[in-house]
Amino acid sequence: MTALSPLFYLTLLPLVTALFIMAGSNARLTARVSSVLMLVLSLVLLGSYRTAEGGFQFLSSIPVSESLGLSLSFGADGLSLAMLLLATIVTVSAVWVIPETVERANFFYACVMLISTGVIGAFASTDLLFFYAFHEVALIPTFLLIGIWGSGDRQAAAWKATIYLGLGSFVLLIGIMGLYLSGPAGMRTFDMITLREWAETGLLNPPDWVYLTLLFGFGSLVSLFPLHTWAPQAYASAPTPASMLHAGVLKKFGLYGMLRIVTPVFPEAMQTYLNLLLVLLVGNILYVGLVTIAQKRLDWMLGYSSVMHMGYIFLGIAGLNELSLSGAGVLMVAHGLSIAALFALSGALRERTGTLDFAELGGLGKSMPKLGLLFGFAAMASIGLPGFANFPGELLIFFGAMGASGGLAPGFQLNGLQITTIIAVWGVVISAVYMLRAYRKVFFGTMPERWAGLADISPVTRYSVVLLLAALMIIGFFPQLLLQYVTPSILLP
Amino acid sequence: MTPQTAPWFILLTPLVVAAVILFFGKISKPFSAGLAIAGAAFTCVLSWWLFAMPDFTDPIRIEWIDFARLLGPESTFQFAVPIGVTIDGLSKLMLVVVTTIATLVFTYSVGYMAKEEGYSRYFAGLSLFLFSMLGIVLADNFVMMFIFWELVGVSSYILIGHYFTRDSAAEACKQAFTVNRIGDFGFMLGILTFWLVTGTVVFAELEAGIGAFPSSGWLVAACVLVFCGTVGKSAQMPLHVWLPNSMEGPTPVSSLLHAATMVAAGVYMLARIFPILLAAPGALEVIGWIGGITCFAAGLMALQQDDIKRILAYSTISQLGYMVLGIAVAPVWGVAMFHLLTHACFKCLLFLCAGSVIMGMHHEQNIWKMGAIKNKMPFTFVAMVIGGLALMGFPWITSGYYSKDLIIEWAWGVGPGWFWMAALGVLLTALYTTRLLWVVFMGGPRSEAAKKAHESPIIMVAPLIILAIPSIILGFPGIQQMFLAIDHPHDVPGWVPWMLKAFVFLGIAIVIAIYRGAPAKDPIVIPFFANRLYIDNLYAWIVRWVQDGTATASGFFDRWFVDGLCVQGGAKFTWATGFVLRFLQTGNLQAYALFFGAGVIALIYFLIAIS
Repeated sequence: MTALSPLFYLTLLPLVTALFIMAGSNARLTARVSSVLMLVLSLVLLGSYRTAEGGFQFLSSIPVSESLGLSLSFGADGLSLAMLLLATIVTVSAVWVIPETVERANFFYACVMLISTGVIGAFASTDLLFFYAFHEVALIPTFLLIGIWGSGDRQAAAWKATIYLGLGSFVLLIGIMGLYLSGPAGMRTFDMITLREWAETGLLNPPDWVYLTLLFGFGSLVSLFPLHTWAPQAYASAPTPASMLHAGVLKKFGLYGMLRIVTPVFPEAMQTYLNLLLVLLVGNILYVGLVTIAQKRLDWMLGYSSVMHMGYIFLGIAGLNELSLSGAGVLMVAHGLSIAALFALSGALRERTGTLDFAELGGLGKSMPKLGLLFGFAAMASIGLPGFANFPGELLIFFGAMGASGGLAPGFQLNGLQITTIIAVWGVVISAVYMLRAYRKVFFGTMPERWAGLADISPVTRYSVVLLLAALMIIGFFPQLLLQYVTPSILLP
Repeated sequence: MTPQTAPWFILLTPLVVAAVILFFGKISKPFSAGLAIAGAAFTCVLSWWLFAMPDFTDPIRIEWIDFARLLGPESTFQFAVPIGVTIDGLSKLMLVVVTTIATLVFTYSVGYMAKEEGYSRYFAGLSLFLFSMLGIVLADNFVMMFIFWELVGVSSYILIGHYFTRDSAAEACKQAFTVNRIGDFGFMLGILTFWLVTGTVVFAELEAGIGAFPSSGWLVAACVLVFCGTVGKSAQMPLHVWLPNSMEGPTPVSSLLHAATMVAAGVYMLARIFPILLAAPGALEVIGWIGGITCFAAGLMALQQDDIKRILAYSTISQLGYMVLGIAVAPVWGVAMFHLLTHACFKCLLFLCAGSVIMGMHHEQNIWKMGAIKNKMPFTFVAMVIGGLALMGFPWITSGYYSKDLIIEWAWGVGPGWFWMAALGVLLTALYTTRLLWVVFMGGPRSEAAKKAHESPIIMVAPLIILAIPSIILGFPGIQQMFLAIDHPHDVPGWVPWMLKAFVFLGIAIVIAIYRGAPAKDPIVIPFFANRLYIDNLYAWIVRWVQDGTATASGFFDRWFVDGLCVQGGAKFTWATGFVLRFLQTGNLQAYALFFGAGVIALIYFLIAIS
């Protein structure tokens, strides 16, 4: 057996950190140092990945059960590395924004590091079952964070998320088992790389119901309409780092799964059930977009907006070509960074005002100019302004989905994907409506007397958010930097 | 510095300036202002230099997104979005217009904003705007233009919302951005359609590709969709409502963005794709009607406004309508661009004069509080009269006369409807412009502020004088030929130009007759015009009842049906509830962990069982 993959150590690092913290080391310091180390390590991996070669690199495997074809194996291609970069950046930001006043600090920090372990493990795994299991590892501390440190009706929020995500995971597990069992008897394996090779060579022919269970399993984890109602409530209740990590990174697990497993294995099934997926994602963009406009609290609005943007990524997946899938990959990273920044800032806001009700806020740009400025940047990123990574993501999705089935028919007939794309482009208007309305209600207008003396954002939080925004802008200005990792690793049927 | 690199210096200097002011603007006010002005002046000098140089054909271009490189040489898939520059007569002209006006307005702002809050934020916003605007001018492809199109939108948002604690400004900037996004919805779909057929977004390659359109209907559709971008950005009807409200921004912003340059970007874009439009007569038909209706209807609305800046805003909409009409009726883009050029000078001048008046009147914008200030503000008065005459198209001696009449004469041969709307627009322009000038400067003072009005400082007056010169001479054929080539129509009957001249004099005479006695309030009241044809009210109703209504209904549905059905109802029947629910309701949070731990164990058990 060769040496262990650096990805193994990257996964182990937050876990060990969590153990250290539980054992009583200085939680704040340990977690902060460790999070930065993780980011550095992931950047080193990104730098040492040989893009010219492509494929999975940094492979290592520890067999768990030969007869089952199960092993603890790590490996990363460009897409996984992009997701790992997202995970580590958001981890740094989430760890650094944790306020000093947090109760039971050690337990709190350990939970955050455990989420990080789970997401990093999931993105670094090449074994399907461990990929799934790491996601579960990340979910448990998320629920704990919501249930113990949450605000508002946290019990209900945690419970609802448990039902949805628990059942979603269960359905997903059935799908994974179905996929596993449809491999050739005697050779069955959970190895994703092998599964993809089999899918290409025709050895793997899972029935359609496997696709549907995977779609609904992953879908409910990603808050695909109509399985989305857990998300806004959970994000509104969760403490800031938990919403940052969940909305920013953990939720991408489902999309990553779609790109990693579903698109290479089920291209025919995806075509057969294309209209189903299109209807659901229009639900995300149009219907949830409208629901977002109706929100009266900032945290709920952000939660719903995050649900809405999942529709674009699903559109990229439905487009099923180089452009749209690359766009989906870029938008996954971009959305993760921008929603994490928005939750970090709304968390800082709640810390100061104690409320995120639009009716009670207003004119805060005057008392908190820096927070207002940063929120403006993050809001603009999230509504797809050029200059931020979200824009090339959405752009590629629009181009890809529009051109997915060739050109134009001579008559004015459009296919389903093209109609959906038109609706999605209209979604850009909807996002502008709700985001600018929220920004106007919170930061513009006359300021109620009681907010006059509020302190502006603290330097640590500011730089944590600047880190996210800087990443968004670097990718936004130079999308090729990210695309050179993402695009070649999108295997096309 | 070579002609190849100069455009990149022009483009990137304002961005660097904006970033430096954002980070270091706190150092001092003169630092922010000085840096911004120096940056703008630098782009201005380079633009004039470039203008004097011959065209070149090998501009530098980088690939912003390039799939051929991503997928490797063996892949047949092609998709590329470059960031590159176009340097031709059109872009060089526009560069000169934008950078020159920007430099003057930046300088003027030093005086106008001296006592205002958010000084360095203001100059950072202006520099960001200049960067974005230059990006539109230089863009060599649709996507790059769209990128900067959105960025001028956001810089406009920032600058309109400069006084963000004012509710009216907060609403105005939000509306401007949203309405522009509605236009951009069509623009993006148009770009997608062009790409879908031709496989490229680069302007230079598009023209050759339009033969691939499956039907002429699609080409018209694509052009009209792209034109939606113009309707939004250039405030054409029915998306014009944001421009008058954008007057909530500081006056120099109104002058630079919402009169001279940014709103003209829509016309510039049409000029850029002019050869394609010529191949789609159906699209030109739509463009002509929108432009014609806009130039006439906005003139009607301007007649009854009381805010000095809003009168000018409606006049801007109307003049932009002329330019859009100019695209539809003339065989060359030079006709529309000629009016864009002269309008940029005289409308910028008018707004800067209005700013000077507003300063002199201690921030009073209602013209019915002004009056008799011509002797107190002599420079402003003369400059504003020159601007006003140019706007009316006062015969022979003003630039607006040459450029506007040209469009109307071209409209004669194309469609009588367009011609008469544009011609009557001349009468309307003379009416509202003379009303503005007369009420503000003549008669008797209508308030204390009017009695105490004073001339503005030299840093504000100097740009007025500089702009007054081109407002007069730019239209003279000898000078116009230095900037662009135009064509004159040959089949226009002799009475047409005389009728247009008569309209100008008639308008001036009517207004003086009505407003001569220094009335305290407007003797003419036409609610239909004063209420802007009730279009704003209609939109407010749509937003309130259609948009917010469906949003609220969806929110209700989501909460009580989608959520309620799935969780409250569905969950009660699932296998998990009976057992786990009781567990969790005890508040024992470790149960969550147990729940998932149990899942993992069950999973492992399942695996062993199937092996």
